[in-house]
Amino acid sequence: MDKDEMNKKIEEYENGSLIKPLSSVKYLFKKPHTLQYPKETKPVPERYRGFHINDVDKCIGCGNCRDICPCAAIAMVDPNGVHPIEVKEGSNPVRPQIDYGRCSYCGLCVEVCPTGSLKLSKDLIYTSPDADSFVWIPLEEQGREPGFTQSDEITPLMLEKEEMQELEPDVRKKTFEELILGFNEEQAKKEAMRCLGCGVCMQGCPAHMKIPEYIQAIFDGDNTLSVKYMLEDNALPGICGRICTHACQDDCVYNYRGDAIQIMWLKRFATDQLKDYGKSELEKMPKSGKKVAVIGAGPSGLSAAYYLATMGHSVTIFEKRPTGGGALGLGIPLYRLPVYELDKEINHIKSMGVKIKFNTEVGKDVSFEDLMKKYDATYMGIGLSYGRSIRLKGEEHPDVIQGVDFLRSVKVEGNREIPKRVIVIGGGNVAMDVARTAIRLQQISHGGEDTMVQTVSLEDWDIMPASGEEVEGALEEGVIFNPGWGPKQVIFDENNKIKGLEIVKVKSVFDEKHRFHPTFFEDQVKVLEGDFIIESVGQMYNFSFIPKEMFEQLKFTPRRRVWVDEYGETSIPGLFAGGDLVETSKGNAISAIANGHRAAVGIDRYFQKKK
Amino acid sequence: MSKSYELFIGPNHPGIPGNFSLHLELEGDTIISAKGDPGYLHRAFEKGMENRLYIQNLALIPRICVPEPDINEAGYSMAIEDLMGVEIPERAKYIRTIVLELARTTAYLLWMGGYAASLGLYTLGQWATGDRDYAIDMFSELTGARVYHMYIWPGGVRRDLPEGWEEEVLGYVKYLRDKLVDYDNLFFKNAMFIHRAKGIAKITQEQALEWGATGPVLKATGIAQDVRKDDPYAAYPYLDFDVPTLTEGDSWARAIVRRFEIDNSLSLIEQAIKKIPKKGPVWTKMPNPFKWYVPAGETYAKVESARGEHGFYMVGDGTGKPYRVSVRGASTPHMFTIAEKLLVGARLADASHILLSLDICPPEIDR
Repeated sequence: MDKDEMNKKIEEYENGSLIKPLSSVKYLFKKPHTLQYPKETKPVPERYRGFHINDVDKCIGCGNCRDICPCAAIAMVDPNGVHPIEVKEGSNPVRPQIDYGRCSYCGLCVEVCPTGSLKLSKDLIYTSPDADSFVWIPLEEQGREPGFTQSDEITPLMLEKEEMQELEPDVRKKTFEELILGFNEEQAKKEAMRCLGCGVCMQGCPAHMKIPEYIQAIFDGDNTLSVKYMLEDNALPGICGRICTHACQDDCVYNYRGDAIQIMWLKRFATDQLKDYGKSELEKMPKSGKKVAVIGAGPSGLSAAYYLATMGHSVTIFEKRPTGGGALGLGIPLYRLPVYELDKEINHIKSMGVKIKFNTEVGKDVSFEDLMKKYDATYMGIGLSYGRSIRLKGEEHPDVIQGVDFLRSVKVEGNREIPKRVIVIGGGNVAMDVARTAIRLQQISHGGEDTMVQTVSLEDWDIMPASGEEVEGALEEGVIFNPGWGPKQVIFDENNKIKGLEIVKVKSVFDEKHRFHPTFFEDQVKVLEGDFIIESVGQMYNFSFIPKEMFEQLKFTPRRRVWVDEYGETSIPGLFAGGDLVETSKGNAISAIANGHRAAVGIDRYFQKKK
Repeated sequence: MSKSYELFIGPNHPGIPGNFSLHLELEGDTIISAKGDPGYLHRAFEKGMENRLYIQNLALIPRICVPEPDINEAGYSMAIEDLMGVEIPERAKYIRTIVLELARTTAYLLWMGGYAASLGLYTLGQWATGDRDYAIDMFSELTGARVYHMYIWPGGVRRDLPEGWEEEVLGYVKYLRDKLVDYDNLFFKNAMFIHRAKGIAKITQEQALEWGATGPVLKATGIAQDVRKDDPYAAYPYLDFDVPTLTEGDSWARAIVRRFEIDNSLSLIEQAIKKIPKKGPVWTKMPNPFKWYVPAGETYAKVESARGEHGFYMVGDGTGKPYRVSVRGASTPHMFTIAEKLLVGARLADASHILLSLDICPPEIDR
């Protein structure tokens, strides 16, 4: 409409009429456009935002809907009265309950639902004189038709992870340099920003670390605070930031719609930013005058020592080897955990006043009875430091060695000798460490020559115990896998040198009751060629330092682990145990750290009771 | 003995556009003083926003203006986008324009009903309410809700257009254009209306400027001021329209400006649907809502509402919640600086008429 047209129209509007309004009389004869509800209804639009629908079996009770609700209309409650639920790992046993007196039907709860179980329906009609009846747990069986649902393209969740930089396979297999390069600040903040803060991950962590809090602190740029949160439950955060089995990430709610938050790398980032943890240190209690002996400077021993020290007790660690860290220091390859990182963490624990006596073996340099007498309590964290033999025919040959011995010789003694064709027996994470270490040694010693590392494991791909990342890394670096085969015997040539390993096809690994009981197709046999065999199928403990009469008092579980109560105390009063020795440990560092912490609390409680 | 007496209109009165009260002093039926009495609708929107995450305010802001909630969503989103330095996708700009113009149409339809009713014509209100409902149907198809759409959000819009929605809107535009002929015949060209409205509550250009008038109140005094032209947002820079002005500055002129604005809106909707990019994103990815930190800084984002300039002054302090949000609704100056003066000397029977001619929306005052 231009100016002239407008002026013309204004003129029309200025000249009123008394006749024209009468033309509206025609509406008397027109059909009204109102509908006679409930006889006539209007179709409800597809995206309608009405009452909620929740698939409570799919829902994991993470509570993100409650946290985003602008009206505080959502409460997380036990749904078992209306719909019994199965409590899965990585879920909370609660489900959303909506107060429709508060709900504004904005649908933000639907947008942030990680599982997609929550929807809005096309139904918005409910009347009752009872105000309390407007509060209910939405269920699928209430029969409402879905309306507003979440979209894959437009979602406030940040589904994609920040990619971690690592050395290329060609470069990394020639070096023991750390292969994961770590986040820079921008990447760490971006990754931290993805976290919803629901804390479902804390269930998966054996130490129940305060993950949402430390991620928030990283996002806020306060790494000192972040590490403080970590130290509350984990005495070795920098190490766990590198080698943890990160069960937390398996429980991350993002797994349902995208990539899990890389919690472990974030932890590593925060600890890497601090030269030492001085400013993040926990408050130290006044001196109690109690003395505690800790046997073994592995993750559980260090963890127990650290927390005992914060409680004001004086702690001495006895370690038979010249370095600390136990399996972490001796077994984990350098490309996964560099020495300086281990030193940093051990120095931190020493800075709390913990004394560590290296090269002091209990049972040889000091007697176990003396420790029990001289100290108010003793903690045993000796781990499984001896390789377990599979009683393979021909394994007594010097070129058949144990995986833990091999890793130790490489890391501690600096051994760089390796034959050109290596066979690794085992399919767990330690076997992967062995294979990947062997491939690096070959590249260093025989670079450019024809070399080979292959593994053989009873378990097929689908039940391989090693983590997916480890298997993938090993494959990229050129390790050859033989999954689903069992070792039968070592084959020797006429000069009594190893020629290869005879292996036999596996029928099944477990019996019907899921117990370890391998069976084989005896007719399907083949020979893997190689001149060096490393066995890496598990480790065991050695209790020879405990006097016989005392050892008899020590109770064991049916699975031959040391029995401990809920505070980590063994059947011998004043003797506590943790780490791989006990059943609650899942054979990883974080479990050992967690039950070291638990024993520290137990020892403190033991002192209180004795008073 | 005093000849004057006091009279309250509202907060529940059909002649008051919402929960708002007027404290009048009269002599006979001539108003000798008028005082607005706000607070009945005060829900602490502005203060409440400081305690909520940026995304949570999405459920709060549309409530600042019931007849036209989308202007709040647009203003709030634009303020955040400005602080964060985010550019929204082209397609989202057009969708925002269509939504805002459709909302403007519904706001004027609702005003038309109330305004005509204040002059004693109730038929128009019935028609307008019905015709507004057709637009609301389209809103609920697009956004999932009838009135509080919560559809425009920082970064763009929440969902793409449903299939066939543009055609439906074009059908509605055509329907309303035809229907407007009847609206004109019944009301805008009605000699009774002209007789009642001409010369009532007249303000001059100088007064309008001095008293902070915007929107149709200002345009009716001859000043072509419109945020869509002066500080264009969404897809307005790509669309062609003239700002309608009249010179009388009275109730009649304001009504005619609004009547022209409906024509403008319908034409803008048509143009936007014609020019909208057929494909493309409708949202720029925003941070995780729980860790949505808006950089420190201050901004003022404004849009043209059916009543005038509607703005959001926002101060961010680098955290996940706004430090301060202040809403500039056009109704505040229209009520307290203009209506209180215009009512003096007017007849009691014109009180509602004057308030509606200024299109005062109480929730914009009680924020």
